[in-house]
Amino acid sequence: MDDLLAEFLTESNEAIGELDLALVALERNPQDRDTLALIFRLMHTIKGTCGFLGLPRLERVAHAAENVLGLLREGGMLATPAMVTLLLAALDRVKLIVAGLGATGTEPAGDDSGVIAALDAVARGEAPPADAAPVAPATASAPAAAAVEPAPVAPTPAAPRKGRARPKAAAPAAPAAPTAPEPTTPEPTAPEPPRPPAAPVAVAASAVPAAPAVAPGAETVAVEVAGGHTIRVGVEVLEQLMTLVSELVLSRNQLLQLARSQENPLLTAPLQRLSQITSDLQEGVMKTRMQPIGNAWNKLPRLVRDLARDLGKKIELVMHGAETELDRQVLELIRDPLTHMVRNSADHGLESPSERRAAGKSETGHITLNAFHEGGHIIVEIADDGRGLALDRIRAKAASRGIAGEAELAAMTDAQIQRFIFHPGFSTAAEVTAVSGRGVGMDVVKTNIEKIGGSIDLRSTHGAGTVFTIKIPLTLAIVSALIVAAGSERFAIPQTSVVELVRAGNGLNDAQAAGEDAGGERAGATAIEHIDGTPVLRLRERLLPLVDLKQILQLGTETGDGSGDVPTIVVAQVGSGTLGIIVDRVFDTEEIVVKPVAPILRQISMFSGNTILGDGSVIMILDPNGIARMVGIGTGEKSATAAAASGAAGSDERVAILLFQAGDGAPKAVPLAQIARLEDIPRERIELSAGRLVTQYRDRLMPLVAISGAAADGPTQPVLVLNHRGRSVGLMVDAILDVVSDRMQIELSGERSGLQGTAIIAGRATDVIDTGYWLDCAVPAGGEDGSDFNAATQFA
Amino acid sequence: MNDTVLERPSDTSASDASCSVVTLTVAGQLCGVPVLGVRDVLADQTITRIPLAPPEIAGSLNLRGRIVTAIDLRRRLRLPPGEKGSARMSVVTEQGGELYALVVDQVSEVLSLPASRLERNPPTLPAAWAACSNGIVRLADRLLVLLDIGRLLDIPAIRG
Repeated sequence: MDDLLAEFLTESNEAIGELDLALVALERNPQDRDTLALIFRLMHTIKGTCGFLGLPRLERVAHAAENVLGLLREGGMLATPAMVTLLLAALDRVKLIVAGLGATGTEPAGDDSGVIAALDAVARGEAPPADAAPVAPATASAPAAAAVEPAPVAPTPAAPRKGRARPKAAAPAAPAAPTAPEPTTPEPTAPEPPRPPAAPVAVAASAVPAAPAVAPGAETVAVEVAGGHTIRVGVEVLEQLMTLVSELVLSRNQLLQLARSQENPLLTAPLQRLSQITSDLQEGVMKTRMQPIGNAWNKLPRLVRDLARDLGKKIELVMHGAETELDRQVLELIRDPLTHMVRNSADHGLESPSERRAAGKSETGHITLNAFHEGGHIIVEIADDGRGLALDRIRAKAASRGIAGEAELAAMTDAQIQRFIFHPGFSTAAEVTAVSGRGVGMDVVKTNIEKIGGSIDLRSTHGAGTVFTIKIPLTLAIVSALIVAAGSERFAIPQTSVVELVRAGNGLNDAQAAGEDAGGERAGATAIEHIDGTPVLRLRERLLPLVDLKQILQLGTETGDGSGDVPTIVVAQVGSGTLGIIVDRVFDTEEIVVKPVAPILRQISMFSGNTILGDGSVIMILDPNGIARMVGIGTGEKSATAAAASGAAGSDERVAILLFQAGDGAPKAVPLAQIARLEDIPRERIELSAGRLVTQYRDRLMPLVAISGAAADGPTQPVLVLNHRGRSVGLMVDAILDVVSDRMQIELSGERSGLQGTAIIAGRATDVIDTGYWLDCAVPAGGEDGSDFNAATQFA
Repeated sequence: MNDTVLERPSDTSASDASCSVVTLTVAGQLCGVPVLGVRDVLADQTITRIPLAPPEIAGSLNLRGRIVTAIDLRRRLRLPPGEKGSARMSVVTEQGGELYALVVDQVSEVLSLPASRLERNPPTLPAAWAACSNGIVRLADRLLVLLDIGRLLDIPAIRG
C-alpha cells in the first residue's frame, strides 16, 4: 500500500503540474479540444486511482471537477474564465489533499463541500439536467469497467503515465496501472512501484508546448516512443553515479600523469582509450543530471494568470528557451528567485490596462522569460514592458535611508542607481500589496544567486520596461578552477569568480624589504602600494582593495618552491564589487569536482569546498565572497553606511552639515542627509524599558542613545532621529547648533568609536560622528541588544 | 598511492569483535581503538594542511578518491610533536558519512582483549586523555589506553 501510495503521489504531483499549465492554456483558447482532452485525462486518472486507493475525499473533489470537464469535453459548453478559476480552485484543493497525503500518509480532514457544490452547480446550471445525469455515472464507471481486464496493463513496466491516461473512448483498457488490478489481485502491483513507469521529467517539462499537440489519435505512437526510451530513476542513484564518475575522472588523471613520466609505449594506447571512455562517461552522467529550465518555469503561467486576475491587469507570459538545460541542483536553487522576480514584474513592473492605454501601449503587458547558454553559463532574462524603474524614487529612497549621501547619488550613473534595488530592505513600492513591496525581495534573490556563483544585473528604461539578467553556472558539481599557490600550499579559486589576473610587479617585495618605501616601482609594472601597511592596487584609474592570501590564511611569511616569483593578483568578483587576492603563483586552470568540506571545518568561511587534483593531492577551494566577508568588504548595512558617509566626507562638494553640541569641547557634526528629523522630546516622555531608554514616537517605541558626553538636563531633550530599516532611532545631544553648508574634508581619522574623525567645518575643528556606529548601538544587527546597548549607555 | 598496510578482515565474527582493538602508539604510549570502528590503516600519507583549521586537524588526504580529514592524535592529546620527518601511520574511521584519519606514530596489530582486564580511568589521568579514554587495559607487560573514536573526533573550538 505504501508503495502504491508513493507512486500515486509522484504521479499526481506531476499531473497537477501539467493541469496547472493546461488549464491556463485552455482559458486562452477554450476551443482547443486537445488541451481539453489532456485535462480530462489527467483529472480522470487522479480520480480513478484514488478510488482504488480508498481516498474518498480526494475522489469526491476530482469527481466533481471531472463532471464539469466532461461537459466541456463533450462540447456542452465553452470554458469561461470563471469556470477555469473554479477548476483551478478545485485543483488547488486536490493539491492540498495530495500534500497532506504526502506528509501523513492519510487524507487530511477537511470540508470540500463548497468547491464541490460550486462545481456541481456549473455541471447542473450550464447543461440540461437530463444530460448531466448520464454523464456523471458514465465517467464514474470508467475505472470499474477498465478493471475488468487489467491483465494487459499491470505487467507493462514502462507504460508512461500519458499512455495509461488515455481517454476511455480511445482505449478502454488504459486506466492507471495501480487502479486496474486492485480489486482482484493486489499483489502483482506491489513489485511494480520501484520502477515507476511514468514519463520522466524531460517529458513533463516539455508539456507546455508539447502536451496540447498530442492529439488523441497520434498518442499511441508517442506513447510507444516514450515508453521505449525513458525510465524513472531515483535521484540518489544519479548522485551516486556522479560521485563514482568523479572519482573515475580523478583516477584517470592520476594514471595519465603517471604514464607521462613512465613513457611506456605499451600503456599509451589503452590509456588513451580509457581516457576517452571516461570523458564520454562523465559527459553522459552529467547529462542525466541536466534538466530543462522549463521545469523551474512550469508553475509560472498559473502564477501569472492568478496575479493578473488579482491585480486587474492583462499579462501575457512568453517563454523562450524552456528546453535550455542546466544541472538539477542549480535548477532547484533558482526556482524560488525566478518565481519571485516574475511576481515582481507582474506587480511592480507592469501597469494597469488604463495606465498602459494612457502611455500609448497595448493593454496587455508582457513578461518574457528567455534562457540560453553562453560560455559555460546559462543566462536567464526576465523582461517586462512595463513602466521601468523610477530613478528619482530610488534616489530619494536611497538618500532617506542613508544608504548613500546626496552628493554621492548625484555622481552615480543611472545603472548604479538602479542597482540599489538589490540593497537589503529596499522597496520603492508606494504601498505594500499582498504580492510584493515588503522590500525583502531583490536582495534575497541576489544573495541566493550569488550563493551558487551566479550574478544578477538589470537594465531599465523609464516607460519601456525592465530586463533582469541572471547569469548562473551550468553545474556546481564540476567547475573550472584556477589553481594558485600561497606559501607552500595550493588552493583553487572557481573560475566563475575570477575577473582577471594582474602581474603585480615587484612593488610588494620592495616595499617589504625597504620598509614603507613603495617608491621603488619599476616603470610600466603595476605595483602594489601601501596605505599604512594595507596593500592597494591602482588598476585602470580605480583603487582595488587587496588582501594577501598568505596573510589572511595565516600561512606566515614562508615562501614555497615558487620563491622569487612575482606575486600575482587575482581580481575576483565579490558581490557587485571586486577584490584583489595576492597569491605567490598561478599554475593553471583545472576541472575540479567540488566536494563539501568535513563538518568540523565548515565554520571556516573562506573555503567553499575541497577537491582532489589530477596528481592526487587534496586542495581547498577558496570562496572569494567568504574572504571578502572576513576582511570586512561586505554587503553589510554598516559598511555600506560607512562607505556612503566617507564618500560624502571625501568629496569636494559642499554638503549640508548639522552642527550640534554633545558634551564639552568641539561641536560635533553629521551630514544632514543622514538625519531624518530633529525633535525636542519632553524629558518626562523618556522612559526606561528593559534597561534601555525609549520614547513613544509616532505610536512606536523609538530607542534613544546618548552621544558620548551628552548630558543635557533641561525640560526637553534634543534628539536627532535616524531612520534605520524602517525604524527610527534617536540620538540624544545637548543642543542643536546650526545647519551649515561646507566641504566635509575629514582631516584626522577618529580613533574613538562613534566618530569618523575631525574636519574643519565653519572654521572650527569639528568631530564628525559615525551614524552607522550609533545605529548599531541602538539596533544591533546581531540582535544582542542588551550588551551593545549597555556599552552605549555608558557614554551617557 | 595509498598503501593499505592492514585492512579489517571481513569475516571477523561478531562474538570476539566486541573486545578486539587495533593497537597503536602515540608518543610511546600504547593505545587501542575498537577494531569495528576502523576502516583502513594507512602508511605515511601526503597530508594537505588546512589553514585556519583547529590545531588538532593535521589536514586532509586522499583515500581512493575520497577526502579524509586527518586528525593528529599527538596534538589532540596535547602531546609534544613528533620528530620531523619521522614516518607516521593513520587509522581511518567513519562518522556521520565522513571519513577521518587518526594520525599516530605506529599501528601495530589487532588484539583480542578480555573485558575483565579493563579498568576505569585513574582519576589522575590528564584531562586531554581522560576526555577520550574509555579505560585502561592491563596487558602482560604494559598498559593500553582504550580510546573512544567518537570522543576523539569531538573537537571543540574552531577558529573562524
